[in-house]
Amino acid sequence: MPYTKRPDGREMDELRPIKAEVGVVPNADGSALFAHGDTLAIAAVYGPKPLHPAHLQKADRGLIRANYNMLPFSVTERARPGPSRRSKEISMVTANALSSVVDLKRFPGTVIDVEILILQANASTRCAGINAAAMALAHAGIVMNEMVSSVSIGKIDDKIVADITKKEEDWTEGEGATDIPFTLTSNTKEITHLQLDGKISTSRMMESYDAAVKACEKIYEYQKRALKGEKIDENVSLKKEE
Amino acid sequence: MTEKTNKKQRKIVIPGEIIVSAEDHLPGDFTRKEDGNIIANRYGLVDDSGRIIRIIPISGAFEPRRGNTVIGRVEDITFNGWVIHIGGPYTAFLPLAECPRYIDRKAINEFATIGDVLNLKIWGIKKGSIDLTLKSRGLGKLEGGRVIKINSHKVPRVIGKEGSMINLIKNSTNTEITVGQNGFIWIKGDFEGEKRAEEAINLVVKEATSTGLTEKIEEFLGGKVEKITEEVKE
Amino acid sequence: MNLPNINKKRIESLLSQDKRLDERKLFDYRDIIIETGISGNAEGSARVRIGKTEVIVGVKLGTQTPYTDHEDEGTMITGMEFSPMCGERYEGGPPKINAIETARVVDRGIRESGFIDWKKLCIKEGETVWSVAIDIYCVNDDGNVLDASSIGAVAALMMTRFPVYDEKEEKVKFGEWTNDPLPLTEKVPFAMTIYKVGDKLLADPNREEEDAAKARVTLAISKPGKEYMINSMQKGELDTINGEDLKKILEESEKIYDKIFPELDKQIKSLQK
Repeated sequence: MPYTKRPDGREMDELRPIKAEVGVVPNADGSALFAHGDTLAIAAVYGPKPLHPAHLQKADRGLIRANYNMLPFSVTERARPGPSRRSKEISMVTANALSSVVDLKRFPGTVIDVEILILQANASTRCAGINAAAMALAHAGIVMNEMVSSVSIGKIDDKIVADITKKEEDWTEGEGATDIPFTLTSNTKEITHLQLDGKISTSRMMESYDAAVKACEKIYEYQKRALKGEKIDENVSLKKEE
Repeated sequence: MTEKTNKKQRKIVIPGEIIVSAEDHLPGDFTRKEDGNIIANRYGLVDDSGRIIRIIPISGAFEPRRGNTVIGRVEDITFNGWVIHIGGPYTAFLPLAECPRYIDRKAINEFATIGDVLNLKIWGIKKGSIDLTLKSRGLGKLEGGRVIKINSHKVPRVIGKEGSMINLIKNSTNTEITVGQNGFIWIKGDFEGEKRAEEAINLVVKEATSTGLTEKIEEFLGGKVEKITEEVKE
Repeated sequence: MNLPNINKKRIESLLSQDKRLDERKLFDYRDIIIETGISGNAEGSARVRIGKTEVIVGVKLGTQTPYTDHEDEGTMITGMEFSPMCGERYEGGPPKINAIETARVVDRGIRESGFIDWKKLCIKEGETVWSVAIDIYCVNDDGNVLDASSIGAVAALMMTRFPVYDEKEEKVKFGEWTNDPLPLTEKVPFAMTIYKVGDKLLADPNREEEDAAKARVTLAISKPGKEYMINSMQKGELDTINGEDLKKILEESEKIYDKIFPELDKQIKSLQK
């Protein structure tokens, strides 16, 4: 069966319904929620604060320490609680994705902790986590050049699509599925995070970047609106997946 | 309509957002000039009342500055001073030598022990640590009352123009209040007064960005002050 | 900020007049708000807010071989984490002892009450039984996370639906659900914790009151008939409680049960529909 339309009826470049909100964790210096459809992340930021042990401190800059935590019940088959090799890698790429827009020189020797919980997973969890985390950092008053927005671009069969679901990720027919999560800065469209899992020819790779630019511009608008005080919940019911 | 309530609501901007063309404006606090525009470096309210555009922070951790008066809690005692929690990015230390009177090293925890709170001044920020002093008027250990915590960026609103807001709260609730620039606030009075003062402060924090704040607080305190006096009569 | 000494004194001096800073009576709870359906991939889930305290609980079902001493009964595991998200005092890393204690106290209350009909969780005696995994996450700690966790666990269990089980293949089809609820009984166990601050007892402390407490006693109580049954109990923290305290705790626990839990039970049941 060739991939001619998306299982949930979306246009190829259409995002899932978005939820976005800030201030969801009262104790934190900054916090936010971001959901792509039923992939839902919350993020909380504490800091900048003293970093212990001291040998981890950088003399000329602060650090961002991210922790991506996919809750055991966020997936259909229970995930073991606690860090895995996968979650450690995602934590690292998340910290990197965020660090490049943050003025880390402002408080040398300190740490900004970014805690991300994935409550519900249907692919693109790292992207939802990064989107929530970027909002939480801004909400925490961290000095940043600009925002970052994250989206997973897919090549499903021979189509380039935005914000892929688990069902699309698992597509095996035709050319199969390729998952390409991008994180881009909001103004300059610099890539702060890029991964790829699957197969795509070098000649088509730039198409995925162009799709990411388009999708991230939309995501940025949601982040902006939420930071300005709006509670966004596009609770439109999509066509049931067949 | 009074001048105050007529004042324009300030706009919230987010990092990277274009605030205004740089043609007629200059970048101030937490903004930069880029490609002919003034751009925000931080989430907050835009102050565009003058030629210089700046952002007034509304959130985030305490950012210590030399000369700040802060309230802190003793976390640890070393052989030559106290480790103090004042919030913010760095650990703070009060050396024994920065006490206004002589304190015997052996009796260091008699002056201030773990859990005690002090009103202090930041006299130095070295790489990675903050030095505190008690050698200035009005500083010292805080006895009685209690400490509450608000966001440090809301402190200017709680104090108000020339202390107008905090004086209003103090006078209406019959309390002593010391506001640390780190957002730790000490309130001392009778139980009712402390509670009213805390509620009023929290209301200032909640409504910090809204117009007619003073009127709102006056109204809030006005209503309840009556109630308290009634209770006293009984 | 950890609790300043003067704040502790203020709390204690108010308590000596049976007063609290937020004007609650000693055994009053803050508003409790329960939401369900927090995670669509969980078999059951709930969010509980008590004041500003918030926990999220999810239930997942799976299958396993039964324990040899209970070959026809399902199994249960309860995990709990204070996410570093929930307050400035929390650090990352594996669950600390307070999280483990919370999980175990909640677990025992559910296990011992007979809330779950274990025998109905048997698929094939001696070979395959259902396993129930309860995972509790604190998102914001403003005191009394323990009671919130217990309420959340009960709510999530009450919302739980079985996933589809393929009898031929003898395995669970994860991601496909039946309409069959978990086999639960009327013995609903709710945990409540009474704290001793100074020499006063109180319920549902906020963060400062909890910091000021020197001892606490948690009781998980169910009320299958007229009697209040204690299904698990735990004295926590360093200080002792005396016989008088225990008597008072038992008296108050009955009142708290009647005042709060039938209402919560109703709230959760209305969410089931």
